[in-house]
Amino acid sequence: MTAHAHAAHLETSTGLDNRKVAIWTFIGSECMFFATLISNYLVNKGRSLVGPFPHEPWTSPTGQHFEPIFEIPLVTLGTALLLFSSLFVVLALSGAQRGDRKALIGWLAATIACGLFFVGMQVYEFTHFVHEGLGFTTNLFGSSFYTLTGFHGTHVTIGVLWLATVWKDALRGKLPPHKSLNLEMAALYWHFVDVVWIIIFPVVYLIK
Amino acid sequence: MATRVLDQHQAHVAHGEKTGLWSWITTVDHKRIGILYGATAFFFFLLGGIEALLLRIQLGTAENTFLSPETYNQLFTMHGTTMIFLAIMPLSAMFFNFMIPLLIGARDVAFPRLNAFSYWVFLLGGLFLNASFLFGAAPDAGWFGYANLTSKQYSPGLNVDFWMLGLQILGLASMAAALNFFVTIVNLRAPGMNLMRMPMFVWMSFITQVLLLLAFPVITVALILLMYDRFFGTHFFVPSGGGDPLLWQHLFWIFGHPEVYILILPAFGIVSEVLPVFSRKPLFGYAAMVFSGVFIAFLGFGVWSHHMFSTGLGPLADTFFALTTMLIAIPTGVKIFNWIGTMWGGSLQFRTPMLFAIGFIAMFIIGGLSGVMHSSPPADLQQTDTYFVVAHFHYVLFGGSIFGLTAGAYYWWPKMFGRMLNERLGKLHFWLMLAGFNLTFFPMHFVGLNGMPRRVYTYPKGLGFELLNQVETAGAFLLGVSFLVFLVNIFLTWRKPRNAPADPWNGATLEWSIPSPPPEFNFAEIPTVHGRDALWELKRERGGTLPEPARVSGVGIHMPNPSYWPLVTAVGILAFFVFLMLLGHTGIWPVVASFGLVLLGVFKWAYEPAG
Repeated sequence: MTAHAHAAHLETSTGLDNRKVAIWTFIGSECMFFATLISNYLVNKGRSLVGPFPHEPWTSPTGQHFEPIFEIPLVTLGTALLLFSSLFVVLALSGAQRGDRKALIGWLAATIACGLFFVGMQVYEFTHFVHEGLGFTTNLFGSSFYTLTGFHGTHVTIGVLWLATVWKDALRGKLPPHKSLNLEMAALYWHFVDVVWIIIFPVVYLIK
Repeated sequence: MATRVLDQHQAHVAHGEKTGLWSWITTVDHKRIGILYGATAFFFFLLGGIEALLLRIQLGTAENTFLSPETYNQLFTMHGTTMIFLAIMPLSAMFFNFMIPLLIGARDVAFPRLNAFSYWVFLLGGLFLNASFLFGAAPDAGWFGYANLTSKQYSPGLNVDFWMLGLQILGLASMAAALNFFVTIVNLRAPGMNLMRMPMFVWMSFITQVLLLLAFPVITVALILLMYDRFFGTHFFVPSGGGDPLLWQHLFWIFGHPEVYILILPAFGIVSEVLPVFSRKPLFGYAAMVFSGVFIAFLGFGVWSHHMFSTGLGPLADTFFALTTMLIAIPTGVKIFNWIGTMWGGSLQFRTPMLFAIGFIAMFIIGGLSGVMHSSPPADLQQTDTYFVVAHFHYVLFGGSIFGLTAGAYYWWPKMFGRMLNERLGKLHFWLMLAGFNLTFFPMHFVGLNGMPRRVYTYPKGLGFELLNQVETAGAFLLGVSFLVFLVNIFLTWRKPRNAPADPWNGATLEWSIPSPPPEFNFAEIPTVHGRDALWELKRERGGTLPEPARVSGVGIHMPNPSYWPLVTAVGILAFFVFLMLLGHTGIWPVVASFGLVLLGVFKWAYEPAG
């Protein structure tokens, strides 16, 4: 071993890079974070004292009428794009590992674009809901809905920032195949954020 | 590896100790971070002890007016919060830091800068929590912070804000550290050290990290929901808005019960290291010890509602949680019998660490037995909210965790500081602590069963509580004296030359194969492990004893670079929470700016050469 030896070249007990074990461990911990948030949503389901409600119309004591608040088609589109982005990031990683810079940069850009669309959709959705009369503190549904999907949206945003950072490195040619783990870490996180949405989408939007 | 120059003449030169304040601020050395953790946690331990003494003065006589009810509430809340989050957990972290890499034959932890980050966040979080005293607004809703004591309506002041945000900061530190030690134990074991050859302290620490990783996210969410209730007016725990205060109790104890194993498992590990060495025989039932630890941790996630029997969950839930709770007695009993089995037939050496380890077993059995009594809901309904419960959890937390951690302190002191603590003072410390501890907490069983409620600032005359409470107060001061003896011991030891041998106890594990204190790089040559009790194995092969290891220069051994970005990031996190608390006064922009500082720290850290 010489003074130039890089920490990553040290042999580990499992043969896996420390950072890869770390990201998997982190994801395991995050499962409990989202499990608690989803449980909180389910516990509070149907306990709201006033509307608007997710799936039923509501007329307030003052006679104001509220339609069911969810707009399933738009969210379905966002969900689909988020799911496709998981495929795109796999293609980007494959490009990084093969040294195919064009595939890497292109597919990574597509992943980031899907992520941005999803975040944009959520911003639109939140604004729209507030406009419709569902504020953060209006009722328990609003509070637990915004908390759950808001934390997921924050995770997507962090994922976009992370992928964009890797993309910037890729553009500058600083992501050669032996450093593809830099992208793989972000990609694993991205898949996890996707998987969480696969649970949130039916639990929150589809199950009445 | 073989080509490395082992130059014995250049000792203390090439890798000479870096000194000065800056070297400590930027350090990423697990041993230095361990010492920082230990010193900080011991300071908070003394602070929490002083809080306890003030509580005991108040309760020493009936209808006392030494403390106002408000001050009493603040002191018992801060005593509990401090001892759990600022004393026992970080004292365990001291041993995780200092010992785990040495025990598994590694040069550092997996992520040295993340390790520094954990420490700084812990320090700043502890200071933040205690800064509440300066504003006369220390947390006062108990360490469990039950809704709706914590609601804006009943606690309009800053007290609960300090508590919920302080715990959030400390939780971040614990999570980062847990991630780090999990990866370290999974990935940095020396060649040949498979999982079933790991020292028991490493095993119990490993299980603790898993518990931390899975339990802390739950309290994180609960604290976030509480913050929303208090800052933004949501109704998660507010019945008038449809919310359920019991949801808080469920979320808190889903975290809170694994938390008690987070507090005790490291002590289990320490005692499992100390007993074999001073019994001169290997740990009895190694595999049973491992799996009983895993089983305790697993069951720990399925017993939380035994903290909530008095809320009326119904017969089905009560039965389920009573049974799972009783089940935990089985793996715990397995451990106790294995410790006794380890001593059975050994040539026992009653050195100070051994005394504390034996004291641990005896005290923990008492705490365990009263714990089994609580598992029966009808019995629990009589005992809940009385001093009987206070007696129980002090027998497991003080009689268990603190006795175990103190055993570890005496055992590993020569390795950490290169000086042997005084044996006579150590034994005096032990006997005073044992006597003081039992005088303080044993009578609590009786006053508790006679109906003295906990968390109440005084009690009326003539109920028969006076004498036993006086005894408890006297015992508490004796406990205080025992730790003064420990401080004197530390002070006297400090003035002696740094001449502890590498292996003062004829140890079984790898840390005793290297000089005391270890060089920055720990192992000049990464050891290869051929069995459990790796060092005893080696000694047998080489015919009994090993020569004192030479101090080598370590030229050519690559160590990680120091960095100040972990501290910058930690300061950003503190600022974020401080401005979050002041949101109503200073607005959103300081919060955003603090978050920017965190991002800056993270990016600089990510792009800085690790070494």
